[in-house]
Amino acid sequence: MRDNPVLRIVAKIIIPVILLFALYVQFHGDFGPGGGFQAGVIFAAGFILYGLVFGTEALRNAIPPGLLRFAIALGLVLYAGVGATTMLLGSDYLAYGALAHDLIGGQHLGIFLVELGVGVTVSAVIVTIFLAFAGRNDP
Amino acid sequence: MLIETINIVLLGMLALTALAAVRLHDLFAVTIMFGIYSLLAAVVFVVLDAVDVAFTEAAVGVGISTVLMLATIGLVGRHEQRPVHRPLLPLLVVAVTGAALVYGTLDMPFFADPAAPVHQHVVPYYLGKSPEQTGIPNVVTSILASYRGYDTLGELAVIFTAGVGVLALLGLRRRKRPSKEHPTP
Repeated sequence: MRDNPVLRIVAKIIIPVILLFALYVQFHGDFGPGGGFQAGVIFAAGFILYGLVFGTEALRNAIPPGLLRFAIALGLVLYAGVGATTMLLGSDYLAYGALAHDLIGGQHLGIFLVELGVGVTVSAVIVTIFLAFAGRNDP
Repeated sequence: MLIETINIVLLGMLALTALAAVRLHDLFAVTIMFGIYSLLAAVVFVVLDAVDVAFTEAAVGVGISTVLMLATIGLVGRHEQRPVHRPLLPLLVVAVTGAALVYGTLDMPFFADPAAPVHQHVVPYYLGKSPEQTGIPNVVTSILASYRGYDTLGELAVIFTAGVGVLALLGLRRRKRPSKEHPTP
């Protein structure tokens, strides 16, 4: 598919929009439909489209597998770390109220961080699974 | 009345898509049928006012799983093997299980019945207290990330485990570096 100019140009135009939309879904999940799971999948879809059009080798050069492995763990550690932080601050596990001076501010910060953790892990896992399957046919 | 018509049309198309996926033998066409099925399911979720679930279904069911199945077809080939056995016993099992499930739904409360037990337990508390306790307009997000934070942590651990499992079984190849060991002939 690398030789098809229409596909290449359309993919190049649309991939930044997909990634931007994923960030919108990620950070707007408090107010509208969306959140970390959906945003992670959409973010990964942008990379998968890149891999489909330009080849898995190009995708592997864009995101090194080491970074993917790191990101898979990073999201879960971020989520669990928020819980550990609230415990260290003298509250219950994942009780976000302890993160800020007032309850609402703490809830906002806590939900923002755990949704970010969800998004990071989900997108890394999806790109990893795609690369693991689609990359096996490479010469 | 309009909603009923839309529901009947959508559910009918769901059933048709499922039948087509069963009848087809070209795995590529079956994969596309699965994608259409997920898209219809996402529309059903929108009709049910579950936009967050519809969003997930559209992204995961239509997009990602279709791509993953296509990648797998690229590895194993697109033609189905002839079945060795006659499918009578599986058909019987499926029919009995389906009949039992339908029998089970007869006891369930009607859809959107406000008196249903599931709407009487913690839901009124969440709906009433969420704005003042979390300050977040989307109750789905406040339940998912705050009230049910442990469950979501568990879900994330499941996804993490899936990713680690795929890495352990299949692995990722390292980036190709220009090496002198394998000169191209």
